[in-house]
Amino acid sequence: MTKPPRDRLSAAIVGPGNIGTDLMYKLLRSDVIQPRWVIGVDPSSEGLKLAADRGLESTHEGVDWLLKQDELPDLIFEATSAYVHREYAPRYEEAGIRAVDLTPAAVGPAVIPPVNGEEHVGRMNVNMITCGGQATIPMVAAVSRVASVSYAEIVASVSSVSAGPGTRANIDEFTRTTATGVETIGGAERGKAIIILNPAEPPMIMRDTIFCAIAPDADTDAVVQSIVAMEKAVQEYVPGYRLLQEPQIDDPSPATQGQTRVAIFVEVEGAGDYLPPYSGNLDIMTAAATQVGENIARSILGGAA
Amino acid sequence: MTGRDTLTRTWSGTHGNEPWGDLDLRLTDTCLRDGSHHKRHQFTATEVHDIVEALDSSGIPVIEVTHGDGLGGSSFNYGFSKTPEQELIRIAAETAKRAKIAFLMLPGVGTKDDIRAAQDNGGQICRIATHCTEADVSIQHFGLARELGLETVGFLMMSHTQPPEVLAKQARIMVDAGCQCVYVVDSAGALIMEQTADRVSAIVAEIGSQADVGFHGHENLGLGVANTVIAARAGATQIDGSVRRFGAGAGNTPLEAFIGVCDKLGWETGVDFLQIVDASEEVIKPAMPEECQLDRMTLMMGYAGVYSSFLKHAGNAAERYGVSGAKILLEAGNRNLIGGQEDQLIDIALMLKREAQLEEREQRVSRAG
Repeated sequence: MTKPPRDRLSAAIVGPGNIGTDLMYKLLRSDVIQPRWVIGVDPSSEGLKLAADRGLESTHEGVDWLLKQDELPDLIFEATSAYVHREYAPRYEEAGIRAVDLTPAAVGPAVIPPVNGEEHVGRMNVNMITCGGQATIPMVAAVSRVASVSYAEIVASVSSVSAGPGTRANIDEFTRTTATGVETIGGAERGKAIIILNPAEPPMIMRDTIFCAIAPDADTDAVVQSIVAMEKAVQEYVPGYRLLQEPQIDDPSPATQGQTRVAIFVEVEGAGDYLPPYSGNLDIMTAAATQVGENIARSILGGAA
Repeated sequence: MTGRDTLTRTWSGTHGNEPWGDLDLRLTDTCLRDGSHHKRHQFTATEVHDIVEALDSSGIPVIEVTHGDGLGGSSFNYGFSKTPEQELIRIAAETAKRAKIAFLMLPGVGTKDDIRAAQDNGGQICRIATHCTEADVSIQHFGLARELGLETVGFLMMSHTQPPEVLAKQARIMVDAGCQCVYVVDSAGALIMEQTADRVSAIVAEIGSQADVGFHGHENLGLGVANTVIAARAGATQIDGSVRRFGAGAGNTPLEAFIGVCDKLGWETGVDFLQIVDASEEVIKPAMPEECQLDRMTLMMGYAGVYSSFLKHAGNAAERYGVSGAKILLEAGNRNLIGGQEDQLIDIALMLKREAQLEEREQRVSRAG
């Protein structure tokens, strides 16, 4: 017996904080995912109230409640903490639920939609790395697909108000996880990540600078074209992602350790779904997670979608 | 000379005598860390050895050695080190007979692994710097440093941007995390006398005897020594400076001048004035690419409240794109950039270049009309 074709996968959002709530608004617009549940642990949560207002089933009784229901979601979006996700990930898998993990738990492989978005659609658990990684790794990959990158360094500047307590308490995890992503997904031989929290008022829009060291004889025209094409690819899911300047090419010198230096300057303005537009760092996480969830949904729904 | 100018808080008053005897103030020379900016991070092993030897034998109790932007600072964004900083820390620790070797780290740039490596290489004092509103990013690093048995110092950078009560709250976060001395850091050289005193006093009032308070000055408005004297009177017992001002921007508080002032005021630093003056001429000066100067660029930093280590990077961008370095610094101030955002100076230079091109085009059009 084949099941009747469905047009959308059902999804639960675990963690009704800023990220989870912003994600809810994005998923409500999806053609292939239907957000049905929002799960929290605090009855006074603003996010749970907003979810109920939008007709979603919301509870403060946590994941244990969700997993006891007769009907389970196809997909879970985890927007809690690495600690919580590590604890629950095995139970999601046991229940046959796919997980898109927005915490730094890194239980599953990391995904950057325009770079390796299709590679892991079959996995039970995928991870969204970090906001800085989502904003910069596409550009490292854009350079490395046309020139070999011996070293890439990213500098992410975000407004203080958009850096949550998790990021603050674990800033080393941010730099380490992002640097690893710059290497494994970005394609740089060696990666480095720097993050700055700027308290300016009004809050600054997220800015990222990506430096890549490439061989002196690399085809820099191809590099620039590839960067511009990548800007367009990211804009498909984050419309406020843009190059601030033409990519800058600096000739080899002692200051560049004998390599040609490519410098790419981007700004990430959020869609303002729930979070203010300056928090592009959070928006690019929820937008990328939506994209990844939709890829999974399409692969499961097949031609039906 | 007047009689002894009594300080309300002294170093030995809190810590008892150290090998240097009774110290009113404990000095840290930072020419091998803050001076790394001025040197464009090109220190050699020999220079570090010679400077540490000279400072140590003059009686300087703490010598800071790291890339200018702290552990892990060697990068495109801040400039690559000529000699790996961990090697320089090791050489410094092997050279110093009495002085303790301190190192700096900025959460977001360096990591806990870098702290462990610096300790393995002989670093004894871990100085952790955050922008002065972001102290909570340092909690995990203070925790680790104390667990490793390191002495700890917290740096509240760009202290001129926040009122005393905000700094006091941030100092509290650091102290609760394990910080043993909180520094008011005038990264832009923009604090003026009473503003320094008020900030030090507010932190002293908040943390009492739970930790020391320190002051780190820059010379961008020519107030390094004056600010440091007033900071000591307000209760700062750890003092930073660099012999011959060898630091970012117009340089740090000239430590040898401050030592002379302390002699005059009867404040014991444990440093021999004549020896440190000799070291300044004979050892520090030859290692400097040029003297640290109060000029158009460095004055602009104090005036606009700009992070001192932007100086060389603004100069580079100005040269690369043919725009005014002073205007880059002013715009950096307008944008409220903070320490670490050196990359944005290139963005500013490109914006200025575009503006200049537009202006030129308009002039051509109006002339043609």
